[in-house]
Amino acid sequence: MSLVSPLNKVLGLGSAKEGAQHWWAQRLSAVALIPLGLWFVFDLAGMGNFEYGTVVGFISSPIRSILLILLIITLAYHSQLGIQVVVEDYVHGSSLKIAAIVITSFAHIFVVVGGVFSVLKIALGTTV
Amino acid sequence: MAQFRLPANSRVKSGKTYPDVGQAKNIKKFLIYRFNPDLKENPTLDTYEVDMDSCGPMVLDALIKIKNEIDSTLAFRRSCREGICGSCAMNIDGVNTLACLKPVNEVKGSVKVYPLPHMPVVKDLVPDLTNFYAQYASIKPWLESKTPPPPDHERLQSKEDQEKIDKPSACIMCACCSTACPSYWWNSDRYLGPAALLQAYRWIVDSRDESTGERLDSLEDPFRLYRCHTILNCTQACPKDLNPAKAITEIKKLIAHRRH
Repeated sequence: MSLVSPLNKVLGLGSAKEGAQHWWAQRLSAVALIPLGLWFVFDLAGMGNFEYGTVVGFISSPIRSILLILLIITLAYHSQLGIQVVVEDYVHGSSLKIAAIVITSFAHIFVVVGGVFSVLKIALGTTV
Repeated sequence: MAQFRLPANSRVKSGKTYPDVGQAKNIKKFLIYRFNPDLKENPTLDTYEVDMDSCGPMVLDALIKIKNEIDSTLAFRRSCREGICGSCAMNIDGVNTLACLKPVNEVKGSVKVYPLPHMPVVKDLVPDLTNFYAQYASIKPWLESKTPPPPDHERLQSKEDQEKIDKPSACIMCACCSTACPSYWWNSDRYLGPAALLQAYRWIVDSRDESTGERLDSLEDPFRLYRCHTILNCTQACPKDLNPAKAITEIKKLIAHRRH
């Protein structure tokens, strides 16, 4: 039996004074993904064929490269925010929870850097 | 990790049956969760046959009849029998509600009665609400004002301002909403839950309260407030037709508002 009062347990370490930024960023990135996602789907649908040359030509157009990079960053950011919430919901025990958040955010950063690098390589590269 | 299955000693087994012994024509079966901490045994689901011709219309009437006439060992909380005390909150036919407001004839087939979900059980239908009440206390459910009260009259409030707290103050703290919330099930140690947050909102929007900023400060926390993922089970469960989900959204909006 614990001798700590129920109110003491609830008050715990106090408020983190944080969470609003996360909540706002999650909504903002979701809104940004609406036009970016629509653009991506419709542009992809209008590409005609998926030959190597066509795809490389498609990505190397400056406006498409920019939009693609924005899509990659926004999507990964939104995904990371969401996965952090899932981890906080279901993973209890602080060391496991922190490890899961760190590993998933590193994985997301890796995907972003890889994706942006790939787009830039195609957009700026001369070897087509 | 969150636990998705009941621990081995909490799994419900089938229990005793109490058949009707008279010549009742209108029988309703009640399947009731039974747990006695003294027996060191798993909870069981006992079956009671109730003669509805000699019983009141609500589930609470049937529970009282069972306790009076069939099995006096059945434990449950009840007081006002008219939906204002919040004592008889339980899970009936899969939905959290007040037994005194739930008509038996709304349930097709047998009536399954469980204690409020995901709370420690004291006995039978009596859940341990210690943490729930402590969470309520933690949001400081009282007026905090720096301006001294006028010497000759009450602190006045416009009709419009009063209407803002009309609905939230009708909450009877029965815990139907909080115990219907999956987020509360997984994180009730740190997430305040819809009931406490609705009450926090009630004081945040009270025009006479001067601690709005401090109240928002103490709620702005990834767990206390932002564990709410707008699942809306709370609003659906509320037997008083209140809207805790909307109150939580309003709190989030107020916190967002003061940042920009």
